[in-house]
Amino acid sequence: MISRVAASTGFRYPPLRLAVALAVAALTAVPLLYVLATAIAVGPAGVVELLWRPRVADLLRNTVVLVLLGTSACMVVGIGAAWLVERTTLPGRPVWTGLMAAPLAVPAFVNSVGWYSVLPRFDGLSAAVTVTTLSYYPLVYLPVAAALRGIDPAFEELSRSLGVGPWRTFARVVLPQVRPALLGGALLVGLHLLAEFGALQALRFDTFTTAIYDQFQSTFNGAGATMLAGVLVVLCLVLLAGEAWAVGHVRISRIGSGAVRPAAPQRLGAGTVPAAGALALLAVLALGVPLGCLASWLVTSTSVAFPLVELTSTTAASLGLGILGALATSALALPVAWLAVRRRSTLTTVIERVTYVGNSLPGIVVALALITAGIRFVPALYQTTAMLITAYAVLFMPRAMVSLRATLAQIPPDLDDVARSLGVGPADVLARVTVPLMARGVGTGAALVFLAVVTELTSTLLLAPIGTQTLATRFWSESSALHYGAAAPYALLMIVLSAPGAYLLTRRSRQAVS
Amino acid sequence: MRPARPHLLAAAVAAVLTLAACGGGASTAAPASQAPAPTDTTLVLYNAQHEEVGQAWADAFTAKTGITVDVRNGSDFDLANQIVAEGAASPADVFITENSPAMSLVSGKGLFSPVDAATTAQVPAQYSSSKGDWVGIAARSTVFVYNPTTLPDDQLPKSIMDLAKPEWKDKYGVSPSGADFQAIVSAVYLLKGDAEGAAWLQGVKDNARIYRGNSTIMKAANSGEVPGGVIYHYYWYGDQADGGANSSATKLEFFGNQDPGAFLSVSGGGVLASSKHAAQAQQFLAFMTGVEGQQILSDGTAMEYSIGSGVAPNPKLKPLADLQAPTVDPNALNGPQIVAEMQRVGLL
Repeated sequence: MISRVAASTGFRYPPLRLAVALAVAALTAVPLLYVLATAIAVGPAGVVELLWRPRVADLLRNTVVLVLLGTSACMVVGIGAAWLVERTTLPGRPVWTGLMAAPLAVPAFVNSVGWYSVLPRFDGLSAAVTVTTLSYYPLVYLPVAAALRGIDPAFEELSRSLGVGPWRTFARVVLPQVRPALLGGALLVGLHLLAEFGALQALRFDTFTTAIYDQFQSTFNGAGATMLAGVLVVLCLVLLAGEAWAVGHVRISRIGSGAVRPAAPQRLGAGTVPAAGALALLAVLALGVPLGCLASWLVTSTSVAFPLVELTSTTAASLGLGILGALATSALALPVAWLAVRRRSTLTTVIERVTYVGNSLPGIVVALALITAGIRFVPALYQTTAMLITAYAVLFMPRAMVSLRATLAQIPPDLDDVARSLGVGPADVLARVTVPLMARGVGTGAALVFLAVVTELTSTLLLAPIGTQTLATRFWSESSALHYGAAAPYALLMIVLSAPGAYLLTRRSRQAVS
Repeated sequence: MRPARPHLLAAAVAAVLTLAACGGGASTAAPASQAPAPTDTTLVLYNAQHEEVGQAWADAFTAKTGITVDVRNGSDFDLANQIVAEGAASPADVFITENSPAMSLVSGKGLFSPVDAATTAQVPAQYSSSKGDWVGIAARSTVFVYNPTTLPDDQLPKSIMDLAKPEWKDKYGVSPSGADFQAIVSAVYLLKGDAEGAAWLQGVKDNARIYRGNSTIMKAANSGEVPGGVIYHYYWYGDQADGGANSSATKLEFFGNQDPGAFLSVSGGGVLASSKHAAQAQQFLAFMTGVEGQQILSDGTAMEYSIGSGVAPNPKLKPLADLQAPTVDPNALNGPQIVAEMQRVGLL
């Protein structure tokens, strides 16, 4: 292995890729540095005073329990749904693929208000875990489904032919191969739960992030809020270390990506109806409740309006920002993911892990960090589209990163060596061998980023070029003015926009297979 | 097959962005159809008021003066913290909010310039900063929303102070995380003194059901989940105007009688000291608080009280004079002491 690396290039790390990766890490570290700078300004005595309170202990317990339970629930639901859709005879696979991914496009606020409308007394921890699981299980489902499509069925067939039952085969052959995707998805869920605000708003469950928003509402307490964010950073580091430890060093790639073929689907037989019923129930809970809420707004509200020009222009703006954000974030994540997988070391692991921190912090903290840095160091870019896209990259980099990393791990590095030995330059290897083989992961990551950008609110409000209106900002404006009927079409369009993302995912997978 | 795709994608992105730019441009530029204003007279408004209110003022001002106003929307504390983070380089010329504490935040950092005397004179003194660096542009009244089926009219609280009594346990909701309720707590402390205020706050902590946001409290009262709650008036009037789905089963009680519970919260407006168009920015603030600006507020659907230039509020509202609101200095509201007190009893 070492000799292979040494033989293929004169450097341990390709210098250009390392330089880009370092720049990306520096960019995504801006919120982290902002929190650190505030802590230094407050001083150790102030930090202790702000953090050593009974309330902080409550928040810590709530946050940790929510992350543990929510992440576990998302893993179970996500992997179960992915297996049913990808590896069984369940009919209607394209429909299920779209339905299972769609909850990511439901604004969290709509989801929590929807649940609140259906079950007003449903609150506290159980409600928080349920609603966040229904919102975020696709973060596990999508990468696991992509990984299930990419693994060679020969191992399973071999296992079954040796007399191992279907469950043990799944546990001992399939699960280890999808482990990076599963853990990556779980990491994303954990990071999102640390930073979740919208979904918890109406559920009467307080975490660090809800407390941070509360502190920002309190006139003079920006430092207190940022200190609470410091605790979130620590929790985030724990998650990152835990995931890195769980992934371990197992090599799961195989030679011959060209030989990928669809696995023989597991016959469900009499189980077809219950399986379809379970997925349908999931879709109803995750999509039906918020959609029902929107429908009731359309029926009962007198402010219902469909201003075609505005709906079209805001849809176009959301679509454009979503595509740009997805492309930029994927492009920035690629060199980092490549180094972390292909040149794994302490240095590259740290570079990769730094890019996750922004995702674990509340949107307002990230936005204020970028405002503070942006207006001082790059005033010409302040409140331009370029800055907004940068903010999206800082916020949503992990969504691209985990998908890229999981796919890269499935591609044997030997293919790069073969290409190099045939006289292809390193950049060409990346462009002509690695990236095409990664199409599935790139597509998944880009789609995940796209969906996040479409529903993003705080940074869009504060950092977009003035006058920019997206579906999310219009929805926010109308609903905060209590014009729920006028707000509903924007939320519906956000959900409709997720269809192209889901379509892209299914299309990519079919190309990879054929 | 592969080389073609990036070009297609790039073309799609370009097309979409062009469309977005056209759409955005058309909607913001439409009202300024008169003589094109020179570029050095484009004002930037950081608008934390409801978008419809800020945009209506901006459009009417542009129609009258030809000065373009670009509007950035956000919530009180998002935009206030943004202005503080931007410092002297802030692109904002004018900042307007829903409640005064966000104005106090910016004022406390010395980022406002003094308001023109003529503008200050348009607004009764109790609605403006005693430092003279921002003025009230609108107001909202504290009310008690209740569901008459679970809380009959003859059992209503006479004063917001009653809510600390043991018989009110679990009978009402508050939203302590919001600036709204924090301002109400400040009013209680200011009007009743620290000792009585602290005892009351402890009672509220023991009795109240905690929600996040006024709308949530109103919905909870409407569904019968909680008998009543402390909110601002316009949530109820706004929902009634929007079909009443979240308020049809509820009524409002105004405490009146200079009770702390009749507290009137002020929406403020100010000109940033860093503004490069100070004269035009002051002109815009004068317009918002003048007869035309206040009439726009009164005629609109925001259901907030107009308070400047003697313009009567929306006739659907209980008249301003009948509210019998206590006199409270907005600059004294929601200070570090109140936050510390709410943290001490465990409401924050």
